[in-house]
Amino acid sequence: MSQPPGQHLDFRELVERGEPRQIAKRVRLDRGFYLMCMAITMIAVIALLVLLGSILINGIPGLSWSFVTNFTSRDPGKAGILAPLAGSIWISAICAVVALPVGVATALYLEEFAARNRFTNLLRLNISNLAGVPSIVYGILGLTLFVRMFGLAGTTQDPALEIGGETYAMYYDVTGEPLRVPVENRSVTPTLETGTIAYMQRVLDGPDGELIFTDHWEPIPLTIVEDSANAPLANGVIPAVDAGLPVDYEVEKPWYYVQFPFGQTVLAGGLTLMLVVLPIVIISSQEAIRSVPGSLRSGSFAMGATRLQTVSRVTLPASIPMIMTGAILAMSRAIGEAAPILVLGVALFITDVPQTLMDPFTVLPMQIYNWSARFQPEFRALAASGIIVLLFVLLAFNAIAITIRQRFSRPLQ
Amino acid sequence: MSEAAPTDMNEVRGRGRPKSRVLQASWDVFARTALLGCACFSILITALIIGILAYETSRFLAEVSVVDFLTGLEWNPLLGEEKHFGIWPLIAGTLLVTLVAAIFALPIGLVTAIFLSEYAPARLRSVLKPVLEVLAGIPTVVYGFFAVIVITPSLQWLGKLVSGEAVFGPYSAASAGIAVGIMILPIVTSLSEDAIRAVPKGLRDGAYALGSTRFDASAKVVVPAALSGIMASYLLAITRAVGETMIVALAAGGLAQLTILPWEQVQTMTAYMVQIFLGDAPATGVEFKSSFAVAGILFLMTFLLTFTGYRILARFREEYE
Repeated sequence: MSQPPGQHLDFRELVERGEPRQIAKRVRLDRGFYLMCMAITMIAVIALLVLLGSILINGIPGLSWSFVTNFTSRDPGKAGILAPLAGSIWISAICAVVALPVGVATALYLEEFAARNRFTNLLRLNISNLAGVPSIVYGILGLTLFVRMFGLAGTTQDPALEIGGETYAMYYDVTGEPLRVPVENRSVTPTLETGTIAYMQRVLDGPDGELIFTDHWEPIPLTIVEDSANAPLANGVIPAVDAGLPVDYEVEKPWYYVQFPFGQTVLAGGLTLMLVVLPIVIISSQEAIRSVPGSLRSGSFAMGATRLQTVSRVTLPASIPMIMTGAILAMSRAIGEAAPILVLGVALFITDVPQTLMDPFTVLPMQIYNWSARFQPEFRALAASGIIVLLFVLLAFNAIAITIRQRFSRPLQ
Repeated sequence: MSEAAPTDMNEVRGRGRPKSRVLQASWDVFARTALLGCACFSILITALIIGILAYETSRFLAEVSVVDFLTGLEWNPLLGEEKHFGIWPLIAGTLLVTLVAAIFALPIGLVTAIFLSEYAPARLRSVLKPVLEVLAGIPTVVYGFFAVIVITPSLQWLGKLVSGEAVFGPYSAASAGIAVGIMILPIVTSLSEDAIRAVPKGLRDGAYALGSTRFDASAKVVVPAALSGIMASYLLAITRAVGETMIVALAAGGLAQLTILPWEQVQTMTAYMVQIFLGDAPATGVEFKSSFAVAGILFLMTFLLTFTGYRILARFREEYE
């Protein structure tokens, strides 16, 4: 900006020169406003410093490697953040895989193909509006659309359609060992008789005398006894009173297992967050595509390229770095979102890393919310440690975004 | 390309390049249609949101009368003998938190934007911009934690210092409002700064030529010229404040009451939804359905705010482009 003349005048000088007092007053006002601006602007800096400071002071003592590798626990001393961390990474990956192609395609259509008509205006207005919809509302959409599928296909506990999974009914025998009986689906109650083949988990003796549960399930014929008080204490013996309804159902899921409706699974969570970030991806991609100089397009057309050729070989490659930067920033928004995931009704107490798209999950912000909402200072300290992990993940994302921007952005002129 | 450039059209054809203009043109049409399909997905999302909210709200209104819902001044679906579904306490709670946030963030945001674009030396700018970007990138649940662990105790201390009594409880609208204010501050600042920067340089030069100080130029020329953009930034920031969930769920409290006292606890629309979806109500009950109706009202409010904001923004873009 050019130096405005007012800045070089000192008001004392003006007064000495006998300039009208009004000018001196105005210059003094300008100085005063400048100082006030400085002070007010510092509020943002102070807010950030206090925010980060309070988190570091509360969170650093609880940070350790075991905090990152442990599952959550009711004992704050043992609680860790592994499941939410893994869940967050799963969710943002799914979110990126779906939101990026759809978002970039929409942006390409709007910037390169769309005619100037009322429909295009409607599209633009709609996207602006979607960007302003509170994320909790997207949670409601995700709950109805993905988790429950409008209630048209069974319930989340008893899905109408399952592909690839093997369902087992769970029982406990008199020794307390879990037994599995294969069934068609989760609404079937098997009839147990003496001689029915069930499966029992093979347990090995560890080197220090502890038990190691293997993934191997061995067949064992059941014995149903009427008199549970005098039942022989042996594997495979089930009192008749316990042989009715199974304790639980378990589904052995290969990686390609899918159920409809999705239920509170990784896939449903990722798709819900995709809804939240899609408008952001579209808007940032539009800006990226718009920043490609028109001369590049004109050059391409002048050499006889069609619109598709121009888009796929000139515009898109030129705007990819900016698109990727925007996409990563959108993903970091997705990683920080708790509200839409909360609406899906995910379980808070997860003690497993999600292995397939159809596994239950939780995410970092949910776990942080859960810990922050408690009054005990131990849990609030855990929340602060969790926030440090979350901010670290975000920092990593932003570092990637900056690297991409610097690595691939070439001057286009 | 590493290989030698083709010299002969036959050679080009032999390599499998597109054979005719017709084929290329049909690919164009295909790509255009596919991209249009993706673009229509966003319209489908809006349609689904409106459809689901309307359907569930109608099921809720089959059990609770519209008049009670829209005019009632009492909201206690979970406690007490008689359930009341009057939306106003929730709206009032939302507006109170938003008001506190707006009082905090809108003036500070505008002044920061003026400072950044008109006054700040380049070095200070290079510090302030990243600070605002970091603030904008912090997840809202972190602000909620900040409210619980720093803002609420500070307000409690301050309240005791001023009045001698414990006016602030563990939850208050003010605590949540200040945290929401810090959250929307970067939005106000960056959008207002865009608007201020879009004011043509000629207007400033004119003001300086007439003997203006920077303050005169900013306050009497630049800000009035950018006013529509600043208003739009305010509206968009307020939209975010209205829809903010995690901060109010942590810091504002869980008691829906009609109050304008910022040290009281309030329940916002979003906080009520959190309470329901975290499992305080059976999934088939009227309480559960009520959360969809609340979401419907919330969607309407944010829709109107965003729509107005973008209308203003579109008009202001036309002025200078």
